[in-house]
Amino acid sequence: MQQVINGLFLGSIYALFALGYTLVFGVLDILNLAHQAVFMLCAFTALVLVGNLHVHMLLAFPLAVLAGGLLGMVVDRVAFRPLRGRSDSNISGLISSIALATILEAIGLQVFGPDVERFPFGTVPDRYLKLGDAVISELQLVIIAIALAMMAALTFLLKRTRLGRRIRAVAENPLAARILGVNVDGVIAASFFLSSALGGAAGLLFGLAFNNVSTDMGRAVELKGLAVIVLGGMGSMPGAALAGFALGLLEVFTVAKLGSSYRDAVAFGVLFLVLVLRPRGLLGPAALREA
Amino acid sequence: MRFSLRCLASAVAAALAVTAAAAETVKIGAAFSLTGNAAVYGGQQKAGVQLAVDEINKSGKLPGLTLEAVIEDDATSKEQGIAVFQRFINRDKVSAIIGPTLSTTATAADPVAQAAKTPVVAVSNTAPKGITDIGDYIWRVSLTEAQVVPSALKAARAKLGFKNAAILYGNDDVFTKGGFDVMKSSLEQAGVPILEIQTFATKDRDFNAQLTSLKAKNPDFLMVSALAEQAAGIVTQARQLGWNVPIMGGNGFNSPAFIKNAGPAAEGVLVGTAWNKASSDPVNQAFIAAMKARGNDPDQFAAQAYTGVLVIADAIKQSGGKGSRDDVKNGFSKVKDLPTPLGKFSFLPSRDGDHSAAVQVVKGGKFEILQ
Repeated sequence: MQQVINGLFLGSIYALFALGYTLVFGVLDILNLAHQAVFMLCAFTALVLVGNLHVHMLLAFPLAVLAGGLLGMVVDRVAFRPLRGRSDSNISGLISSIALATILEAIGLQVFGPDVERFPFGTVPDRYLKLGDAVISELQLVIIAIALAMMAALTFLLKRTRLGRRIRAVAENPLAARILGVNVDGVIAASFFLSSALGGAAGLLFGLAFNNVSTDMGRAVELKGLAVIVLGGMGSMPGAALAGFALGLLEVFTVAKLGSSYRDAVAFGVLFLVLVLRPRGLLGPAALREA
Repeated sequence: MRFSLRCLASAVAAALAVTAAAAETVKIGAAFSLTGNAAVYGGQQKAGVQLAVDEINKSGKLPGLTLEAVIEDDATSKEQGIAVFQRFINRDKVSAIIGPTLSTTATAADPVAQAAKTPVVAVSNTAPKGITDIGDYIWRVSLTEAQVVPSALKAARAKLGFKNAAILYGNDDVFTKGGFDVMKSSLEQAGVPILEIQTFATKDRDFNAQLTSLKAKNPDFLMVSALAEQAAGIVTQARQLGWNVPIMGGNGFNSPAFIKNAGPAAEGVLVGTAWNKASSDPVNQAFIAAMKARGNDPDQFAAQAYTGVLVIADAIKQSGGKGSRDDVKNGFSKVKDLPTPLGKFSFLPSRDGDHSAAVQVVKGGKFEILQ
């Protein structure tokens, strides 16, 4: 029972990270490897707000998420837009985002140092819910709820709003969208804003949940996020959430039953099987869109 | 050939210079990390060495001799460590070297001293292998984890009376894996059954799965071998799971950063230590009082550095009051049951230090000796 809670909780962190990731990768086919740097910098932003400036968490949260979104637009402007329109823009963008991630991480290291930091005690209330033998903290419940809510909100945004329709139009055919009067660069910048705001929220909650904010924290979830996207099906928000929870549960039970050395082997083994047996993932569209 | 002749000539000259100077002053070089990552330790070490040198000179323990400490910064780097050692050996003509602060620096700098036949006393290197293995001029005061854990475990068991235990450790790091090996063999030697062993990786931040699995076995005692950055996360998550088992950490827990990051969850956590600060031994009490009189609240590193100077002074005494490099080195093997703040101190045949260890417990956000 406790292990199920552990798995759902870990999964909700993966899901949150992957939701933003999949908005630009799964929908727009842009693989933004600077996502994990935004994840990390957002956690530090919130830490500075709460720890040094004594801002209340409920105010620091939206501020840090906003900062994350703006940082995402910077990432787009610096690493992707100059390359857009080139024939190899997918690969060159991927590489320039790795470069930017490395630069951002180096800046983080310079500003915040290599030490592991934590949010001050009492930043969030320390309350617990007992379910028989199992314990779940209020923060864990909130994080799971946020992951589910974000999933629903993003699905709604993509399917039902003007911006969503534009994002899908750009995803389908950027040239056609441009001809039809869609501001392609603007739509992509908006997607990056949303994506990075979500990634930042994930980083902040990760730092809160594990009392751990460090410059290399994004590394732990970067590959897992990719796995979740593929597992859930490219571009599918419910798929990403479902796959996040599935991966979390899978990892927790692997660690408990087989040992931590097998954690990633089993997780990525399943990913491999999914790629071979069901390439569209759990809830992906029937056919893969062309890049 | 010409080069080696010149080397020989300069070595002879150096030896002569030392012998000539020995009539009045014996120089001890101390290389500590006063800047860089390990700077938190270097300040304490420097204060410990200065106090010991002043006390010995005042006491007249070494008639006709005056000790002089030459203290330099190894900047927590291998390159700087080597440079400082070379200066001590060639420019200052020291009779012995204390330091450097970190084991990593020692693996680079100690071979320089070994080649120049200059005795080294390591006062804070705790890597089990690769320090005193460098050669017969390298000696060590600081206990390795392999020495601290069995002794600390015994003391903890006497206090808590646990009947079985479980272990959690990082299996992809040499330091934490080494700590685990020591914990496992210590538990086995003490006849304590190990109910379950769980592992994690250095990058892991979530330990709930392992802790839940361990908790289900309901052991009386949990030993954790982790680096300081994971230690806080492990302890915090264990307590969040409502698991209040006594936890004993390896050397990685021996850091103020652990207490800072774990906060209230750190309370009651046990860690082995080489220095029993609360020991009522008069040598220890006098050391603490003297340090405090100089405005220093001493820690383990100060006590070990202080002991390093006492050991060198005793070695000189054992060699009939002569302070050449070889007199000091030969004297080391005769140091036996020397009263120090660390307790009665002797060297093992492996040139590693030998004295009793103690257990600390976190109380009110500070390490205290478990009594």
